[in-house]
Amino acid sequence: MRDIRLLDRMFIPGTLIGPFTNANPGLGGVCTFVGEVRSDTGVEALELSHYEPLTLPGMHELADRAFARFTLMGLLMVHRVGLMRPGEPIVCVSAAALHRRDAIDAVDFCMDHLKSAAWFWKREKRDGQWHWIEPREQDHSDLARWQA
Amino acid sequence: MATVVPLGKLADLAGAPSLPLPLALSTGLDWEGLKAALPAALAEALDDPRIRVAVNGALLPNKAKLQANAGDEIALLPPVSGG
Repeated sequence: MRDIRLLDRMFIPGTLIGPFTNANPGLGGVCTFVGEVRSDTGVEALELSHYEPLTLPGMHELADRAFARFTLMGLLMVHRVGLMRPGEPIVCVSAAALHRRDAIDAVDFCMDHLKSAAWFWKREKRDGQWHWIEPREQDHSDLARWQA
Repeated sequence: MATVVPLGKLADLAGAPSLPLPLALSTGLDWEGLKAALPAALAEALDDPRIRVAVNGALLPNKAKLQANAGDEIALLPPVSGG
């Protein structure tokens, strides 16, 4: 079961996980990560922009790589775009597999790549002013973990 | 006519989420021609080697070799934001 989506409005991860788990009968383990907009000091809102012709196809390519690299039964990858408030979910990745290590590692792999290499641009609003978020060194080292 | 789509902070430099570029059907557009047709602040930013370019959704391996035609959509892609 493979479910890759971009959403432009608030979603409740719990409503996705149950159906995803049920859609993979016989699984041995399911691992789920949910990322939320951090309540950093002064942050009023976060806006994610994307580029339609690249962003969703890029997520599908990432899913292809996860299926090739790990022994998976199913993969759910849902990412928000648009305007979000602190505390709102921004990403949900869930992997179902026969064995836990594949599920856990697939989620870790997808998250590192979504964060560092997927076509999203973020800006945050602090004290009424919008600021673009620049790439971080940490993102490159996160990706390097998977290049062995 | 071609369309330029500046993403991320490049949209701020462009002043709009999309810029129509008058282009006769018979004439192509190369990298220098593109920069000459854009607002100066945006054109200057484009030489940053981290900025990628896609034409009709396909990433160019080398943006300096851009060859665009009327009807094309040219996306200007700054580095993604990360975590």
